This record gives sequence, C-alpha cells and structure tokens, in this order.
Amino acid sequence: MSDLLQRIAESSDADAFAQLFQNYGPRVKSYMMRQGADPHTAEELAQETLLTVWRKAQLYSGDKGSATTWIFTIARNLRIDRFRREKPWQELPEGRDEEPSNDTPPDEAVSERERSARVHAALNNLPSDQQEVVALSYLEGLSHSEIAERLSLPLGTVKSRMRLAYQKIREGVEDLQ
Amino acid sequence: MSILHHPDDATLMSYAAGSLPEALSAVVVTHLAMCSRCRAVVADMEMLGAVLIGDETPAVMDRGVTRAAVGTSVADLDDTDDYHRSSGGDINGPITRLLGEDLDDLHWKRLGFGVWHYPISLSETAGGDLRLLKVAPGQVMPEHGHGGSELTLLLRGSYSDEVGTFQVGDVADLDDEIEHTPIAHPTDGCICLIASEERARFKSLFARIVQPLTGI
Repeated sequence: MSDLLQRIAESSDADAFAQLFQNYGPRVKSYMMRQGADPHTAEELAQETLLTVWRKAQLYSGDKGSATTWIFTIARNLRIDRFRREKPWQELPEGRDEEPSNDTPPDEAVSERERSARVHAALNNLPSDQQEVVALSYLEGLSHSEIAERLSLPLGTVKSRMRLAYQKIREGVEDLQ
Repeated sequence: MSILHHPDDATLMSYAAGSLPEALSAVVVTHLAMCSRCRAVVADMEMLGAVLIGDETPAVMDRGVTRAAVGTSVADLDDTDDYHRSSGGDINGPITRLLGEDLDDLHWKRLGFGVWHYPISLSETAGGDLRLLKVAPGQVMPEHGHGGSELTLLLRGSYSDEVGTFQVGDVADLDDEIEHTPIAHPTDGCICLIASEERARFKSLFARIVQPLTGI
C-alpha cells in the first residue's frame, strides 16, 4: 500500500489510485456502515476518504507511519466530523512533526509492514472479551460509558479490558522500537 | 518537559479509535502536543485501527473511482478544517485552536473566591463540558469526586492533591472512584483545562466553589 501511495504522491498515478480505491473503498464503506451510517452515507464517506487520500498524497510521508494507518485516520476523522457532527480533534499522522531519529531503519516501509503484522497477530491473540471492547470502540464508535452500558459492565471493567488489550499490542511491537 | 502523569491507556485508545467524547478528546490532543510518549502510544493504537479496517468484509461500492474528481490535487484543497492542521511542534497549537485566542488574552469569569473559569463551547451534538479553570496561589478546592470520566490538563503552574503533584503537561485522568482536595501552587497558582463527560457532576463542584463553606 505504501508503494501505491508513493506512486500517487510522486507522479499522480491514477492507476495506482484505482488499485488503492478498489482495496480500501469497500472496506472503508463497511467501516462506516458498522458505525451506523446507511449505505448511501457510508458510500459518500468512503468516496470522500479515498479522495482525501488522493488529494493529500503529497503530504503523506512514509516515515510518519504506515499508509493504511493514514487511511484509517482520515476515515475516522470524517466519521466524527460528518456522521457524529462533532469536531474531530484527532490529528492526522501527517500533522505530527516528530524529530527525526538517528537510528531510523533504512527501509522504513518494511519495518512499518512488520509492525502492522505484529499488531495484527497480537489482536488475533487477544482474549475474546478484550477483542469485544476493542471492536466496539474502534468499529462501532462507542465511548467507554456506552460500551459499559451495552455490555452491562462497570465502567472500570471496560477500561481495564481496553488497557490490557493495549498492553498485549505493545508487547507485540516493543522489540521493534 | 518532564511529564509524569499521562492519560490512562484506555483513554488514549478511545481517542485513537475516534470514540472519546469531544470534550475529552480536546484535552488529549492538547496533551499530545506536549508529550512525545503519548504520541507514540497513539500511533500504535491508530495502527490497530488500520488493521481492523483491513479485516472488514468489503462492502459493495455503488460507484468506482470518479476520474473527474481525481483531477484535483492538494493545491485545490479548501483547507478550512483547522483542527486537522499540524500542531507541528507548537505546544500551544491545540489550545490556541480551542480558544481562538491566546491564553493570556482571555476574559476570565470569576466563579468564587480565588477561582475563575472560561467555558469553551463544544459541537451542538456533543455532551459533556469543557472549560479552563484558573486558581489563585495556595487556594484549596473543596473536596470532590468525579462522575463518569474527567480529564484535567495543567497548562500553567501546578497543584497538589492526594495523588501527587501535577505540573505543566501532566494529566489527571479521574473517574468516580477518586475523591480529592487539590491545592494550587503557593506562589504560581494554576491554570487547567478540564473536560468532563457528564455536565451535571461538574456543576456540583462549582456550586461548592461559589458557596464556600463558611462559619467553620
């Protein structure tokens, strides 16, 4: 995916964009529907997410995170802005200006891919009660209080499951730092 | 800047997921501008979001790529979405965006003896409460608990309570289990950005500030 974004950024490669669109458009649409958007609204938001990727590809730089993370953050912010009609205070990764580190690996794209694979593996290994709260938070867009209500659990239990889930994810990637 | 108190990982995760109530998100983004540790944590949590989207069952799209739309580029963007813009190392970026003006130019409203506040408006659909609180040097706040989730970020000065001392950049991430009696720094006082998930609970604290215990 990073290669596709690179081609879009460097030469406005429409074929690369078409590939990215075919892969992510349907998934972003599905994400929007999970959040409660009707199919028409979900389609609009998915189209807008991918168009934002196209328009802002020049701002994207591979060393600030993976291409897929960038797409997720654009979709997330659009969902908050358009669907929830709240201000998305969340910043997009392109806005983060981290100081360049001296020990940055030469092939950043590979390390991001590895990191993403580790996160994926850690997610799949989470106990089902932790996977459940993670999905409700990320995919259904529920706050901690809403999750507590949905699952009839104390707020503290929801938070501790989220915390434990993150600890496992972090353990999965910490040797990549 | 040495930050000792960070938001709970569960709070950061909800922020990364895009599910944290607006008022609390505003406090988190202001903290992130000051805290590289939490920026790195949020980056991994966002990667988790990307993994989850990648695992979604693809929906059927009604339309493919619109070639005409693809003709536009970053130069044509109407970048009115200020809150998406980089805070690019400017630790005051988020707070200036929140207030629309500088922290030093605010017209504070007096709430009670030694306490001023400045409410910050949220989107119409958002619940909760967001405001700045300025506390005079050495001022003691009435003992209080917290309903739902509440985040307090120190912007100036410091305060101490049963949990510890909170300095600039520190976040107190509190819920209903904690009761505390904060005391503002004896010479500097403090200014904090406070977000509460539940508006009503917050008011009970203010009622106690406005009507301080007299006759002791």
